[in-house]
Amino acid sequence: MSGKEYRTITDVKGPLVFLNKTEPVAYGEIVQLRLSNGTMKNGQVLDTSDDQVIVQVFEGTSSVDRQTGVKFLGDVFRLPVSKDLVGRILDGAGRPRDGGPAIVPDEMADIIGAAINPYSRESPESFIQTGISAIDACTSLVRGQKLPIFSAAGLPHNDIALQIARQAKLVGSDDDFVVVFCAMGITAEEYNFFVHDLERTGALENSALFVNLADDPAVERLITPRLALTAAEYLAFEHDYHVLVIYTDMTNYCESLRQIGAAREEVPGRRGYPGYMYTDLAMLYERAGLVKGKKGSITQFPILTMPGDDITHPIPDLSGYITEGQIVISRELHQKGIYPPINVLPSLSRLMNAGIGDGKTREDHKSVSDQLYAAYAQGKELRGLVAIVGEDALNERDLQLLKFADIFENEFLRQSRDEDRSIGEDTLDLAWNLLTNIDTKYLVRLDQKWIDKYHPTEKKE
Amino acid sequence: MEVIPEKEKEVKKMSEENGLIYRISGPVVTAVGITPRMYEVVRVGDEGLMGEVIELHGDQSVIQVYEETSGIKPGEPVVRTGQTLSVQLGPGLLTQIYDGIQRPLEDLEETMGAFITRGVDADGLDLKKKWEFDATASKGDEVSAGHVIGTVQETETIEHRVMVPPGKSGTIKSIKSGKFDVTQTVCTLDDGTEIAMMQEWPVRTPRPFVRKYAPDVPLITGQRILDFLFPLAKGGTAGIPGPFGSGKTVTQQQLAKWSDAQIVVYIGCGERGNEMTEVLTEFPHLIDPHTGKPLMNRTTMIANTSNMPVAAREASVYTGITIAEYFRDMGYDVALMADSTSRWAEAMREISSRLEEMPGEEGYPAYLSSRLAEFYERAGRVQTLAGDDGSVSVIGAVSPPGGDISEPVSQGTLRIVKVFWGLDAGLARQRHFPAINWLSSYSLYPQALDQWYRDNIASDFPEIRTEISALLQVEAELQEIVQLVGSDALPIDQQLTLEVARMIREFFLQQNAFHDVDTYSNLNLQYTMARAILAFQDEAKKAIAGGADLESVVNVQARTDIMRGRFEEGYEERIEKLVKEMGKQIAATMEEN
Repeated sequence: MSGKEYRTITDVKGPLVFLNKTEPVAYGEIVQLRLSNGTMKNGQVLDTSDDQVIVQVFEGTSSVDRQTGVKFLGDVFRLPVSKDLVGRILDGAGRPRDGGPAIVPDEMADIIGAAINPYSRESPESFIQTGISAIDACTSLVRGQKLPIFSAAGLPHNDIALQIARQAKLVGSDDDFVVVFCAMGITAEEYNFFVHDLERTGALENSALFVNLADDPAVERLITPRLALTAAEYLAFEHDYHVLVIYTDMTNYCESLRQIGAAREEVPGRRGYPGYMYTDLAMLYERAGLVKGKKGSITQFPILTMPGDDITHPIPDLSGYITEGQIVISRELHQKGIYPPINVLPSLSRLMNAGIGDGKTREDHKSVSDQLYAAYAQGKELRGLVAIVGEDALNERDLQLLKFADIFENEFLRQSRDEDRSIGEDTLDLAWNLLTNIDTKYLVRLDQKWIDKYHPTEKKE
Repeated sequence: MEVIPEKEKEVKKMSEENGLIYRISGPVVTAVGITPRMYEVVRVGDEGLMGEVIELHGDQSVIQVYEETSGIKPGEPVVRTGQTLSVQLGPGLLTQIYDGIQRPLEDLEETMGAFITRGVDADGLDLKKKWEFDATASKGDEVSAGHVIGTVQETETIEHRVMVPPGKSGTIKSIKSGKFDVTQTVCTLDDGTEIAMMQEWPVRTPRPFVRKYAPDVPLITGQRILDFLFPLAKGGTAGIPGPFGSGKTVTQQQLAKWSDAQIVVYIGCGERGNEMTEVLTEFPHLIDPHTGKPLMNRTTMIANTSNMPVAAREASVYTGITIAEYFRDMGYDVALMADSTSRWAEAMREISSRLEEMPGEEGYPAYLSSRLAEFYERAGRVQTLAGDDGSVSVIGAVSPPGGDISEPVSQGTLRIVKVFWGLDAGLARQRHFPAINWLSSYSLYPQALDQWYRDNIASDFPEIRTEISALLQVEAELQEIVQLVGSDALPIDQQLTLEVARMIREFFLQQNAFHDVDTYSNLNLQYTMARAILAFQDEAKKAIAGGADLESVVNVQARTDIMRGRFEEGYEERIEKLVKEMGKQIAATMEEN
């Protein structure tokens, strides 16, 4: 690991250091900088040639001068991994933050992570019950899925993420989840909120935390999620854990990505974000899944705050193209005082069909979910119409749908922060009860056989 | 006879030409000390990673590398191969699943486990497997490029036709049937040219054919809205733009499953790993409605997920279309799905920005639209070199950021393709699937195809289609009024039009891809269903004129039965009877009043 120390820095620009006259340096190699005041900083090679090497410094370049010594460590970034990561809190660069001892590694894992061969993946199809009706019924989560929460400033996404972390379980199995929590640029207050909640429920012992806070170096955020996912992969595929990765806030991560791009004077894509942001995000999100022949799994819950509540902003947009659906938090519902304010209409789970139905949740799940959607969507649309023409102009069907939209929001979506609803008796039966507010002849999405079997007033015993 | 060894020598000399890495920046590597040709394949670094030369700059050659480059240092070797990026074509392509540069994913799993590492080579075809070659040409035959000299039963349903490779011709000196592997000589020409079952072809060059025909046969997909309202011709091109969650991938998969092409090439370009896995696990279990055999027998897949190297993603669409052209040359109808071309364009953008090229719109390279055009232009129904008919239909998904199709990839695509299936987030939100907007979508093929429909389905097929789409247009106009005054304020005949249009939407246009029966409707059934809707309109009009009220006309049991019946087996046999029954019941509502 020892090597020459170079003092050949020519330029320093933002988080980047340029130096020349080095021996061949590998792309992606890890770098140590020793400042004249004795401080050490870490970095990584972003561009290398015979003439010039560009290093990205994780801790920022303040106090770096031309006398700074730069040492190339001859290896790419690796995280010491072991089973002992569970129950630990590490900083954004993988060093203990909880005052505990250094991790004694079983292995030094490359944090970039290789792509899973699509042929070696296993299709995710085990339903995860979150106990939240809006999610379980309408955007069902399955093990191995990546399902982001699209939120915005001032909305209770953290509560929802924590509630999921607390309540998530496989129906008919006592396999527990290990939570890997990755904080990127969140405030100390938000961080404390997470830690306290995990402590309160005893989940902290079953969690590994990687923490980069708002006042920690911004560039370090680029490696924090990679560390977290490396840990998750190790726990899942070497030790058979089912890992739930929560990372927040992806928006801060993307900002850091843009910062590096700007410092390198790259040609920007949309809104100044680098053109490779899609690929870069995919390198994180795609590290979810199941692998044939391995027991463990990685399920991801990235949280991102949409700047200006704009779902077409590049960050939610590119994420949506990679992840298997999204849970959209609505300001409108939040302001109506509904928790969890999940807007089921733009929310989606692409793997839902594989995880629900007979033997997994209940045979009528798909039908009920389609009917809820359709009725709520039409009811919501009618609200707009009523604002113009008044309720008098509506026919019987429209009136029922209009009323249903309110009932759906108040009774189905709304639940308390520690209410853990089971999918069958609580969530789906509740849905059936609410659907009695609409005449069955208007319930065209429901198969007759489910009406005969489950409809509270029309069923044939 | 002298020519070939000369060439080999030349290749050998070239491949001995070694250079050195000068610079590495992500997937782009610059080398010095070699003088390769553009698009030549080179081996990079001590591990011999595969790369392709994409720019020559003084004494520097710029290479895009198909594998992860971290850990590679300047000063490591770069070796020329003398060849441009090529695919191996021959028996064994079908049922295969490749990455973007035709490495079989199954072989990669064997050599490197579940995670894709690097520096591993794999042949596109199994070079050891013996195939039963059945010679169809005989000694003394004059053959030229593209002529079929023999066949191999590649899968249960597909006969692989072994052709004389492009550029070769002569009189057959010897040819033999029997068991051979793909590299063994099966036929010798009198000038000494040896022909094996495998040929190689550079992916960026279109394969030759005699001429292109105008497309006049529809590609039948079993999807009602596509076949009936916006049909695609065999050899045609279609674009499916849509925001995320609007059902692009499901639509593509439906086409891959049900379209009546004989060969399907499915390119998963920069898409989700789990989604590819779903395709990979589902396809082998699906039964082709045309042959009754597994669909996989006619399918080749290319899976380059979003986190696999970006340069290989760029290459994947070329790999796919070259394989499609090869089957076309045998005289087959091939359908190629690319999901998604936006990811391909983004790969171009990423490479371009690493090359520090002057960007065009939104950072995409200025050559984006010409690349898109070149790609779609490789579609077509052609006369092959052997004189047969073959076609490649290309269906490209586009993923416009924010669903806004004014962006460069959508626009570049729409300028070329003849069919536009516009997906709509609003419809998807109402769970109206396929969420194809019937007002904004279009197809330029109906005129060319109408004769085919008249001859094969029904003489009034085009007229029925026009009536249906006219009703949808009228509905859109009426809806604007309804938004203002409510539907009760409309005159009764217009209320009826709304009901008919709703029937078109809910009964005809909506189709459940996950339902065993509803997932596929043949053209005859589509026609009958459309007729049933119009029959309802006619009967209802009569009844209302005779004093029946709209409510009871709409609620007759037989109409509900017709609508719900499409989910049940044997629907096709029953529907005519149900329509008659509906007529009777509607007539009866007159008497009630």
